[in-house]
Amino acid sequence: MIDLQLLALLLIPLLGGGLLAVFGSRKWAAELNSLMSFFTFAASVVLTARVIDSGPQVAFGEQFFIDQFNVFLVALTAFVAFTTSLFSRPYMRIEQHHGKLTTGMLHLYYSMYQLFTFAMLVALTTNNMGIMWVAMEAATLTTVLLVSLYRTPASLEAAWKYFILCGVGIALALFGTILLYFAAERVLGQGGTALLWTHLNEVKAQLEPTVLKLAFIFLLVGYGTKIGLVPLHSWLPDAHAEGPTPVSAVLSGLLLNVALCAVVRSKVLVDGSLGNHFAGNLMMGFGLLSVMVAALSLFRQKDIKRMFAYSSIEHMGLVTFAFGMGGPVATFAGMLHMTMHSLTKSAIFFAVGHAVQKAGTQQMDSIRGLLQVSPTVGWGLALGTFAILGMPPFGVFASEFLIITTAMHEYPWTTPILLVALGIAFAAIFGKIQPIVFGETTAQPLPHPPALVPVFVHLLLVLILGLYMPPYLADWYRQAAALLG
Amino acid sequence: MQIPYTLQFINLLAAMLLLVAFAMLSQRRILSLINLFAWQGALLALSTFIVAYSTNQHHLYYSAALTLVLKVMLLPWLLHRLIRRLNVRWDVETLINIPTTMLVGIALVIFAFNLAAPITQLAEGITRGLIGIALACVLLSLLMMLTRRKAVSQVVAFLSLENGLFFAATSATQGMPLVVELGIALDVLVATFIFGIFFFQIRETFDSLDITHMEKLKDD
Repeated sequence: MIDLQLLALLLIPLLGGGLLAVFGSRKWAAELNSLMSFFTFAASVVLTARVIDSGPQVAFGEQFFIDQFNVFLVALTAFVAFTTSLFSRPYMRIEQHHGKLTTGMLHLYYSMYQLFTFAMLVALTTNNMGIMWVAMEAATLTTVLLVSLYRTPASLEAAWKYFILCGVGIALALFGTILLYFAAERVLGQGGTALLWTHLNEVKAQLEPTVLKLAFIFLLVGYGTKIGLVPLHSWLPDAHAEGPTPVSAVLSGLLLNVALCAVVRSKVLVDGSLGNHFAGNLMMGFGLLSVMVAALSLFRQKDIKRMFAYSSIEHMGLVTFAFGMGGPVATFAGMLHMTMHSLTKSAIFFAVGHAVQKAGTQQMDSIRGLLQVSPTVGWGLALGTFAILGMPPFGVFASEFLIITTAMHEYPWTTPILLVALGIAFAAIFGKIQPIVFGETTAQPLPHPPALVPVFVHLLLVLILGLYMPPYLADWYRQAAALLG
Repeated sequence: MQIPYTLQFINLLAAMLLLVAFAMLSQRRILSLINLFAWQGALLALSTFIVAYSTNQHHLYYSAALTLVLKVMLLPWLLHRLIRRLNVRWDVETLINIPTTMLVGIALVIFAFNLAAPITQLAEGITRGLIGIALACVLLSLLMMLTRRKAVSQVVAFLSLENGLFFAATSATQGMPLVVELGIALDVLVATFIFGIFFFQIRETFDSLDITHMEKLKDD
C-alpha cells in the first residue's frame, strides 16, 4: 500500500515532465502543468495522512523511507509547487505578451518544472544517501536552464555561476557521502545497505567518529552551498534575481529546504557517532554568520528580487541555527520556521512578480505606489512583507519567537546577535517596501489579470498558523522533532 | 614486507593520476587539456579494473567499463565535437603565473595528505592510503576551476573533479553501490550536455567563451 502511494507521488511529476516535454508548446500546457502539480499534491496528502497515522515506513525494499520529518517537507513541497504552477500560468502569459518569452522557452519551462518537482521529491523520500545526492544534483540540473530562460547576458551569467558553484558544492557533498560510506562499510559490510539511512541510523554509535567528523564537514559545506549559507551563498541572489519569478519562488521556498533536509539527516548520524555537539556547533556558526551577513547586505540592495533573495539567506540561516541548537523545542521551531518561510516567501515572490511586470523594472527606485494601480498586488506585497519581517499575528513571528527564546535559554550570547540582525533586516526591508506600496504610482496596467489567489491563500495559512496551531499539526511536528532528537 | 604486485600497480596509477592533475593545471591548450582528461579517465578505468580483479568485486568491473565508455570515449568525444563546432580548438589560454599555481598545488597536496591521514590509518585491504591522493586530485581540480578564465577549461576542470571523486570511491570504499554510480554517471552526462548548450548561449550573447565578460552582477 505504502509502495503504491509513494509510487503515485513520484510517478505523477515524472509523467508530467514527459507529457509536457511532448505537449509543452500547446495552448493548454499551463493548465496541464497545474493539473499534474495538483495530482502530485493530492498524492502527497494521501501519503502524509498515512504516515501520520501509522508512523515511519520504508518502501521498495527499503530504498525509500518516509517519517514525520520528511513527509512534512513532501507535503510542503507539493503544495507550494502546486500554487506556484497556478501563479505561473498568468504570469508566464504576461511575460510572453511582453515579448520576453517564446513558446519554445515556455515548453522548456513546463517540462523542467515537473522534472524539478520530481527530483526534489526523490531527494526528500529516498533512504539512500547516494541517491539523495544524485537527486539533489538532478534538481540543480533541471533548474539551471530555467535560471537562464530569458537568455539575457545577466541571466546567463547568473545561471553559469549557479551551475559552477552548486556543481562544486555538491561535488564536495559527494566526497562527504563517500566518506560516510567508507565508515559505514566497516560496520554494515559491502553492498547496498551501507548507504541506507535507516540502517546507518541503527548503527550510528559504531561509526568511526574521525571519519564521520570529516564527512560532515564536507556534507555541510556541499549541501550548505545549496542552502545558501554564507560564505557559500554568492550564487543565490543572482539566480533568484535573474530567473523567472516562479523559479525564484520554488528555488527559495523549496530547493533550499530540501538541501537543509539532507544536512539534518547527516547531522543525526554524526551526532550519534560523535556523541558531542560538533555538528550542531558548526551549523549554529554557519547559521549565525548567514543571518548577520544577509541582514547587513539587505541595505545595499536596489533590485527587489535580489533583496528578497538575501532575506531567504537570512531565514535559512535562522533555520540552520535552530536545527544546530538541537533538542525537541528548537527542532520544532526550525520546522515551523521552514514552513512559514516557504509559504510567505513564495507569496512575496508572486506579488513581486506582478509588481515588476507592472513597473517594467526590478529596480526598487522605479516601482512606486502599487496600491494606487492595483490594490490587490499592493496589499499582497505589503502583508507578505509584514509577515516575513515577523510581525505578530503572522506565523513567522511565532516561529522566530520560539527560536529566539530557545536560544536565550540554551545559548544566551547568541540572542543579542539574532535580535540585532532581525532588527536590521526589519529596518532595511520595511524602509524599501513602504514607498513601493504607498505613494504616487508609475505602474502600468497588465494585459492579463494577475494570479493573486495563491498569494492570499499562502498568507492566510501563515496568519492562521500564527494565531492558532491545530493540535494534530503540533503533534505531528513534535513527533518529527522527537525523531531528529 | 612484500607488497603484492597489484597494489604496487595501483599505487603507480594513483601517482600517475596526480601527475596528470598537475599537467592539467599547467596546460594552456584547450585541445591538449581534453586529451589529458581522456588520459585521466583511462588511468581511472584501469585502476578500477585492477581493484576489481584483486578484490574480486564483480560490480567494480561494471564501474570500470562505465568509466571507460563515459570518461575515455563519450565525454572527450563530445568535448572534441564541441570545440570544433565552437571553433576554439586551437585556443591557447593565457595563464598567469604557472609557477605560483604549481606551488599552491603542492601545498594543496600536502594539505590533502594531512587531512586524509587519520582515515588512512583506518583503511584496510589493498587500497589503503590512496584516499589522500584522491582528495589531492579533487583539490587540484578545484584550484584549476579557480584559475581558469575560459568556459571550456572550467568544465574540463569540473569533470576532472568528478574523476577525483570517483577515484576516492573506488580506492577508499571499493566502489559505491552500482545504482548510485549509475545515477552519478547520468548526472555527469546530463551536466555535460547542459554545459554544451550553455557554451552556445554564452557565445551567442557575449561573442566569446571568456567568462571574464560574466562578472557584471553585483549587489549595486
